[in-house]
Amino acid sequence: MAPASPRSTVEAAVEPISRRPASTAPWPLNLYASAVGKKWVMAVTGVIGLLFITGHMVGNLKIYLGPTELNHYAEGLRTFGAPFAPREAILWVIRSVLTVALVLHVHAAFSLWTTNRRARPVAYASRRDYIAANYASRTMIWTGPIVLLFIFAHLMDLTWGATNPDFVSGEVYHNVVVSFQRYPAVIIYVAANVALGFHLWHGAWSLFQSIGVNNPYLNGLRRAFATVFALAIVAGNVSFPIAVALGIVS
Amino acid sequence: MELNAHIPEGPIETLWDNHRFNMRLVNPANKRRFHVIVIGTGLAGAAAAASLGELGYNVTAFTYHDSPRRAHSIAAQGGINAAKNYANDGDSVHRLFYDTVKGGDFRSREANVYRLAQTSVNIIDQCVAQGVPFAREYGGALENRSFGGVQVSRTFYARGQTGQQLLLGAYQALMRQVDAGTVRLVPRTEMLDLVVVDGKAAGVVVRDLITGEVSSHSAHAVVLATGGYGNVYYLSTNAKKSNATAAWRAHRRGAAFANACFTQIHPTCIPASGEHQSKLTLMSESLRNDGRIWVPKDQGDGRAPNQIPEADRDYYLERAYPSFGNLVPRDVASRAAKRQVDAGRGVGPLKNGVYLDFAESIGRLGRNEIFERYGNLFEMYERITGEDPFETPMRIYPATHYAMGGLWVDYNLQSTIPGMFVGGEANFSDHGANRLGASALMQGLADGYFVLPATVGDYLAGMLGSQPVPTDHEAFKSAEREIADRTKQFMGTNGKRSVDSFHKELGKIMWDRMGMERDRAGLEAALRDIPMLREEFYRDVKILGTADGLNDSLEKAFRVADFFELGELIARDALNREESCGGHFRVEHQTADGEAERDDEQFSYVAAWEWKGPGQPQTLHQEPLTFNYVHPAQRSYK
Amino acid sequence: MDFTLKVWRQSGPDARGQFETYQAGGISEDMSFLEVLDVVNENLIDAGTEPIAFDHDCREGICGSCGMMVNGQAHGPGTRTATCQLHMRTFKDGDTITVEPWRSAAFPLVRDLTVNRSALDRIVESGGFISVSTGAAPEANLIPVPKVVAEAAMDAAECIGCGACVAACPNGAAQLFTAAKMQHLNLLPQGQSERYQRAERMVETMEEYFGSCTNHGECQYACPKGISIDVIAYMNRDYMAAKSKNRKLLGQK
Ligand SMILES: Cc1cc2nc3c(=O)[nH]c(=O)nc-3n(C[C@H](O)[C@H](O)[C@H](O)COP(=O)(O)OP(=O)(O)OC[C@H]3O[C@@H](n4cnc5c(N)ncnc54)[C@H](O)[C@@H]3O)c2cc1C
Ligand code: HEM
Ligand code: HEM
Ligand code: SF4
Ligand code: F3S
Ligand code: FES
Repeated sequence: MAPASPRSTVEAAVEPISRRPASTAPWPLNLYASAVGKKWVMAVTGVIGLLFITGHMVGNLKIYLGPTELNHYAEGLRTFGAPFAPREAILWVIRSVLTVALVLHVHAAFSLWTTNRRARPVAYASRRDYIAANYASRTMIWTGPIVLLFIFAHLMDLTWGATNPDFVSGEVYHNVVVSFQRYPAVIIYVAANVALGFHLWHGAWSLFQSIGVNNPYLNGLRRAFATVFALAIVAGNVSFPIAVALGIVS
Repeated sequence: MELNAHIPEGPIETLWDNHRFNMRLVNPANKRRFHVIVIGTGLAGAAAAASLGELGYNVTAFTYHDSPRRAHSIAAQGGINAAKNYANDGDSVHRLFYDTVKGGDFRSREANVYRLAQTSVNIIDQCVAQGVPFAREYGGALENRSFGGVQVSRTFYARGQTGQQLLLGAYQALMRQVDAGTVRLVPRTEMLDLVVVDGKAAGVVVRDLITGEVSSHSAHAVVLATGGYGNVYYLSTNAKKSNATAAWRAHRRGAAFANACFTQIHPTCIPASGEHQSKLTLMSESLRNDGRIWVPKDQGDGRAPNQIPEADRDYYLERAYPSFGNLVPRDVASRAAKRQVDAGRGVGPLKNGVYLDFAESIGRLGRNEIFERYGNLFEMYERITGEDPFETPMRIYPATHYAMGGLWVDYNLQSTIPGMFVGGEANFSDHGANRLGASALMQGLADGYFVLPATVGDYLAGMLGSQPVPTDHEAFKSAEREIADRTKQFMGTNGKRSVDSFHKELGKIMWDRMGMERDRAGLEAALRDIPMLREEFYRDVKILGTADGLNDSLEKAFRVADFFELGELIARDALNREESCGGHFRVEHQTADGEAERDDEQFSYVAAWEWKGPGQPQTLHQEPLTFNYVHPAQRSYK
Repeated sequence: MDFTLKVWRQSGPDARGQFETYQAGGISEDMSFLEVLDVVNENLIDAGTEPIAFDHDCREGICGSCGMMVNGQAHGPGTRTATCQLHMRTFKDGDTITVEPWRSAAFPLVRDLTVNRSALDRIVESGGFISVSTGAAPEANLIPVPKVVAEAAMDAAECIGCGACVAACPNGAAQLFTAAKMQHLNLLPQGQSERYQRAERMVETMEEYFGSCTNHGECQYACPKGISIDVIAYMNRDYMAAKSKNRKLLGQK
């Protein structure tokens, strides 16, 4: 803890960037008071995102099996858990989890970002020569919001249909095809997914560090996992708009 | 001035125990009322400040470094001795005691050394408990190695960074007390004077190096743990900022300065590469365990070392000292190297080194084992010289390293000024005329953790009820004025030469006249040259900038000014000591085969010098040394 | 060799600073970078200009005093190298070398290239120690420490407290420094009693002064001791455990 009053001139010259009293909130809320705790939250919510994005991509592959298959899958999402759970009940549970995760992830990201900016108020005047920090790691704060904007646009397009040229509720295959027949949409989807790829490439490696999964026997695999994972997601997702644009799927 | 070593009566084995029993104790509730100032937060200072804090005294610790972790102790590489006898090779407290007295060439106090050997055991316990990651065997037990000058393995080490790990242990213990509020830590603050009131240490005057502000601080007792003075030679293995100012100012206030001429030259340093050299880098002595020292037999042998066949090499240490070989004590190894280089058999571009060759042990133990033992030292060497010791032998040459001399202290580590205690390398210590490898860390920690907390407590017990002298006392005010005047003088001199240029010149005199060999003519010349240089310094030094902020040149000026006076004292002490012993080798006093010739009849004493005023020669006081347990014999490592 | 140096000069924390250009000629490749600054300083003094203030002491890469951005890298090019161990043979004759102080809110500038790194001491003060008062230690060999554990602790303990990790980190995070100290102690059997309290206190003190880690990994390359970001992962794990562990059960295995 920073001392209440400085005991030397050397100490007096240093101002803490945050003087936060130890959190008295009950566990696990107290975790969110610290940056390391927030990173745990980001990692856990990130994992939820990874699971979703994987399932979503794999599910969407049904596009290649034709309208019946895809529509059937979409319907399956809604009737998931039947006959025990009412229609869409489980879906809403998943949606809530995803929403809470996204909100937490984004809030933690921005709150850490502002802390980090306060931690270096005067920037380096000469050019930095980075060795390890790569393009992906340094642009997390840009690829993240791009993905966020994309999610919003994407929901407008394919879930709520507001920006879809010919939205038909329940006709998922149709909705996708008409959307991707617009070239701007294709470009936006592709660009956003490349951004997502960068985000995942760093994120899917980084999360292991954040939650302390570090074992000499596994460390080599972490980077490999992130690379394969990010490539697979990007490849799968990018294939859809391109396939439509090229007329492979119509 | 009266020198009383206050050595208790009795058999040496129980001296320290009995002495501690006889000490007065301070009631725990009263400890907080006693204020102790500790100057220096190296091994000795940090350990003392932390331990005094743990006891409950009210401690203020000053250091000119920005953090205690930067103290020069951090640089010690090789290890720390302790009489644990974990190796079961015949070690014991008595043997460590014996080796240290003998290694010190019979110029140390038996009682002190015995206590050091006894305490060594506790030091290791303490450090391990603090988390010092000493090297371990596969079974989890502590590992030991042998170190220059002894035949048992009693050296504990943490890779090549033993001093670092020990200092971090002490620093952490200190920071724990800082957190607990028992110690106030004041970094980047340099002590510039000691204040003595009624014959007792009353406090210090310090300069805040960031703001330039000069302030007074008073206490019931002052502990000086300010390190050694090797930098008087300019080029040394000491850190650039290591200096003698605190000790010297205390000397000027009445503390006797002992055995100034006992300086240690370390045999294994990287030779200077040119005029620009700012300091010399030590290659740990442990390298001598597996490296073999040699020079080409022929002067001016221009071949690359690997091209020189065995027959044309002279492994001169193994040849001259068959039983100790490459592990002879530092002074012996250093002088032998100097003689080879002086005889024109030096190696390297400037012909100023000898080889330290690992080829044989790489062959015997394998590259991996050697890497394991010395990897970081090899890397350090390669970084500096651009040569890989796995491929080509290292080049080494002796360099100034350690000061056995220092402020005179009694058995309680109290100087001739009551209330001022001195620990670590700053005192004239337990090493006599030569320090054995891995014994300085031991001594610093023994002083800091175990001796000072007890003896300072005993002194304080006698002060119960008294208040520290207020800092508006005239003695403090006049000391502050003196510093202000000296600052003004330095800033106003407006000469032509930088402080460093003077320091280099002083260093050259010191090295030429008081390096590995000394003679009367040279010492007398030094006694003429140094005062002349000092006068020129005061006339012609150039210090830019202001005094009320960070000013490196001004800091150096204060330090170098004191080095001039100290340099003179070293010469005077060396001139007085008409014998060769340990690190002090007088050319006039050597045996037929060039070994040091001690004169126990006349010089079996500690030379303690009393300050007589600026420009006046100090006067000599002798503390006779008696040896009841280890009988003086000519050291022989043959 | 001849070099052009662009050095950041700033007379005090609140003064305006800028780069000044100096020539350093006749440099030998065996010189260290700090010795080049010495040469520049001697020239400056001759010319009546205040010398460049920079921290240094041991000049052998162990005290952690030196440290500056050299050509955009903390401690300059090369791994496992402190500024004082940077030798001129790493550069090419005629190079322009840009030198800037370390920038972090926690490291206020003192003068020129000198910064105040005392915030690192605050982190150690908060828990970077094992509480064992002098005299209270058991016999050293009582608790065996497996060699790998001792080595791993030593790897972390090698930190010299230079602050290069903070300087290099795009976020100004002190994670590597903090985790190195914490793990040095947390890995050892002797450090177990206070392990979780230490994790909690050190992390929370660190966060009062420094940014947070997003795993850029830049720090481990800047670190003159090459301390691995593995320790950061261990710290994150210990911190979580610290918040959720039933410490009453710590005595059990
Ligand atoms: C390169 C090298 C390697 C060594 N290797 C070994 C080894 O392997 N084994 C071994 O036993 N010994 C070794 N030694 C010797 C040993 O390191 C030192 O003798 C010992 O560490 C000194 O400790 P100290 O506490 O007395 O002083 P230091 O560690 O030098 O500390 C001095 C302290 O005093 C402060 N100080 C000084 N003057 C003032 C002032 N005026 N005002 C305020 N503060 C002041 C400094 O800031 C510092 O905190 C080595 C020495 C060197 C140079
Ligand atoms: C739904 C899509 C998203 C997924 C799948 C995702 C996933 C991840 C993952 C796995 C991490 C690594 C966490 C860690 O290292 O502990 C991460 C980090 C990060 N995310 Fe996201 N994220 C998503 C959306 C966003 C959004 C919308 C933002 C917007 C601000 C964002 C900002 C960040 C940032 C700044 C990081 C860096 C922190 C770090 O490296 O740990 N992310 N993300
Ligand atoms: C280009 C690749 C993608 C295609 C073809 C696609 C297609 C779809 C479709 C058709 C739906 C509507 C499903 C339905 O209503 O049943 C949908 C919903 C959704 N998509 Fe995508 N998607 C893609 C990429 C993404 C990405 C990258 C993300 C997140 C980062 C994402 C997030 C979502 C979300 C959050 C929903 C809403 C799910 C719900 O109804 O709760 N999608 N997507
Ligand atoms: S972790 Fe490395 S870079 Fe950071 S302070 Fe320690 S030694 Fe320096
Ligand atoms: S560079 Fe910074 S972001 Fe983390 S891994 Fe190192 S502290
Ligand atoms: S000067 Fe000590 S680490 Fe560089």
